[in-house]
Amino acid sequence: MENFAFQGLIGLSLAMYLWLISAGLTIIFGVLRIVNFAHGSLFMVGAYLAYTFYGQMGLPFGVAIVLSLLGTGLLGFAMERGFLSRIYGVDEAYQLLLTFGFILILDDAVKIIWGGVFRIPPIPPFLDGAWPVFGRSFPVYNAFVIAVGLLVAVILWALFEKTWWGRIVRATASDREMANAIGVNVPRVFSGVFVFGAMLAALGGAIGIPVRSVAPGIGSAMIIQAFIITVIGGLGNLKGAFVSSLIVGVLSAYGTLYFPVFELFFIFVIMAVVLLIRPQGLFAR
Amino acid sequence: MTGRLSPRATILVALLTSALFLLPWVAGKYPVYLAIQILILAVFSIGFNLLFGYTGLLSFGQAGFFAVGAYGCAKILLAVPNLFLGIAGGVAAAGVAAFLLGILSVRHTRIYFSMLTLAFGMMIYSVAWKWRDYTGGDDGLVGIPRAPLEIPGLVTISMAAMEHYYYVVLVLSLAAILAMYRLVRSPLGLTLQAIRDSETRAAFAGVPVQKYRLFAFTIAGLYAGLAGALLPPLENTVTPPIAHWSTSAEPVLATLLGGIHTFSGPIVGAFLFFVIKDVVMRFTEYWLICFGIIVVAMVMGFPSGIMSIFENRKRPAVPPDADRAAKAANASAKK
Repeated sequence: MENFAFQGLIGLSLAMYLWLISAGLTIIFGVLRIVNFAHGSLFMVGAYLAYTFYGQMGLPFGVAIVLSLLGTGLLGFAMERGFLSRIYGVDEAYQLLLTFGFILILDDAVKIIWGGVFRIPPIPPFLDGAWPVFGRSFPVYNAFVIAVGLLVAVILWALFEKTWWGRIVRATASDREMANAIGVNVPRVFSGVFVFGAMLAALGGAIGIPVRSVAPGIGSAMIIQAFIITVIGGLGNLKGAFVSSLIVGVLSAYGTLYFPVFELFFIFVIMAVVLLIRPQGLFAR
Repeated sequence: MTGRLSPRATILVALLTSALFLLPWVAGKYPVYLAIQILILAVFSIGFNLLFGYTGLLSFGQAGFFAVGAYGCAKILLAVPNLFLGIAGGVAAAGVAAFLLGILSVRHTRIYFSMLTLAFGMMIYSVAWKWRDYTGGDDGLVGIPRAPLEIPGLVTISMAAMEHYYYVVLVLSLAAILAMYRLVRSPLGLTLQAIRDSETRAAFAGVPVQKYRLFAFTIAGLYAGLAGALLPPLENTVTPPIAHWSTSAEPVLATLLGGIHTFSGPIVGAFLFFVIKDVVMRFTEYWLICFGIIVVAMVMGFPSGIMSIFENRKRPAVPPDADRAAKAANASAKK
C-alpha cells in the first residue's frame, strides 16, 4: 500500500513534465489552430540550453533556466514570424508538415552542436537530498518539479481568467475575425502565444535535466506523450490538459511498475478510444 | 485529366521502365540494392498519396501497416520458405488490419483523423516492441531467408542472387503502380477526389462518403503492406522501428518532395529521397537536417512539389476548402 502511494507521488512528478509540454501545445492549438509537431523539439532545445548554461558554463540553476526560456522563446519567435505566419491561409496539412520539417532540423542541429551522447548535470545542491515519505525516501528534486508544475498551473489560470491579456487571447481563440474587428492585433497575439508556448515547453525540458538527462531523442519521445494528453484532455482545452497530464503521468508510473509490457499499448488504446467516443476530449463542457 | 498519357510521357515511361529492367546488367550490387529500396518506398508512397493527395486524409499511421506486412511476411518465411506465400500473406494481413482499423479511422477527418491513425500506428509499434514471444521484441526477427519463388509443379527460381530478387520487386512494383494509375483515373478515383474537394457536395450528390474513404484507407494499407512485405527478404531482418511514426514520415517526405497532386510525384519523390540521402551521407551523417530544410523550403515555396512543374495540371497547389468557413463557424459554436 505504501509502495502504491509512493509510486503515485513519482507519477505526479512525471505528470508535471507532461503538463508543462502539453500546456504549451494546447495553448498554441487553442489560439493558432496549429498542431505544433515541433513542440517536443522545443522541449529538447530548452533542456540543451539549460544544460549549456548550468552544466557547462556553471551559471546558477535558476539563471540557467531563465536564459534557456529566453533562448527557446527567441527560437519560437523566429519559427512563428519567419515561417508559420506565412502559411496560416493554406490547408492545415501543410502547417503540420512544416512543423515536422522543424523536428528534423532541430533534432540534427542539436546533435551537431552538442553531440549525440547522454548528458546529466548534477542536481543543484539546494534541491539535492531526499525526504522520508511512506517509509521510502522521496527525492527533494521531485517535490520541486511538482511545485513548479502546480505553480505554472495557477499562474496560467490567473493569466487567462483574471488579466486583460488573457481576455484578449481568449477572444482571439474563440473568434479571430471578430477579435480583429474590435481592434485586437491578431498577428501579434499569435506570435506572443507561440513564444509563450515554446517557453513552457522549454521550462519542462530545462527542469528535467538533472534527473531525466539530456539526449537528442527526448523531444520525439515527449511529443507523442503530449499528443496523447492533449487528445484526452481535448485539443485546446487547458484544464483538460492538466487533468489528463495527471492521469497519464500517474497511470504510466503504475504501468511501468505493474504492467511494463502493456503500458505503452494501453495508453494508445485510451487515446484512440477518447478520439472515437469523445473527440472533443474527456473534459469538454 | 484524360486517361491517356501524352506521347512524350509515354516515351519517357517506356524508356524508364526498360532502364529499370536493364539496371542489373549495367550497374553493380549497390545501385541494385538502392533501386529495390526506391521501389519499395515508391509503392509505400503511392498508397499513402491515394489517401492524402487524392482523398484528403493525412495519415500518420501508415508505418503500422508497413510493419504488419513486413512482420507477416517474415513470420511466414521463417515457417515456410516460399517467397510468394510470404509476400501474399504479408499483404493480406496488412489489408485486413487496414480494413478493420479503417472502419474506426474514417469516422474522423482532418487533424482528428491524423491523430487517430497516429494512435493506431503506435499501438502496432508497441505490439512489435513488447510482444517478445511473437515479434522478438526490440531484437526483431532475424535470419529471415530470401526464399525461392516457387510455383508448384512449374518452376523454382532461386533468390540467392540479389538481382533475381530485384526483378521480383520490380515486377510487383510496376504492377502496383499500373493498378494505382488505373484506379485514380477510374470513376472510383474521381469520386475520391470529389470527396476531397468538398465532402458536403459529394454527400449531397449521393456518394456514401465514409465507404469511399474506407476503400481508400484499405487500398493504402494494402500498398503499405506490399512495401513492408518486400523488405524482410532484402534485409533478412525486421525490427520494431519500421512501425514507429518516424517511418510513417518517409512516404510523407517522398510525396511532398515529388508532389502531392500529381500521380508520378510520390514515385519521383521516392527516387529523390534515396538519392539525396545517399549523396548527403557521403559528406555527413546528418542527412535528416537536409531533409528538414528541404521540407521547410517545399512547404514555403513549392507546396505542389517537383512534378507539378512537369505534369501539366490546372489544379491549385492547395485543395480549395469550400466548407472551411462552415467548419470554422461550427468549431466556434462548439466552444
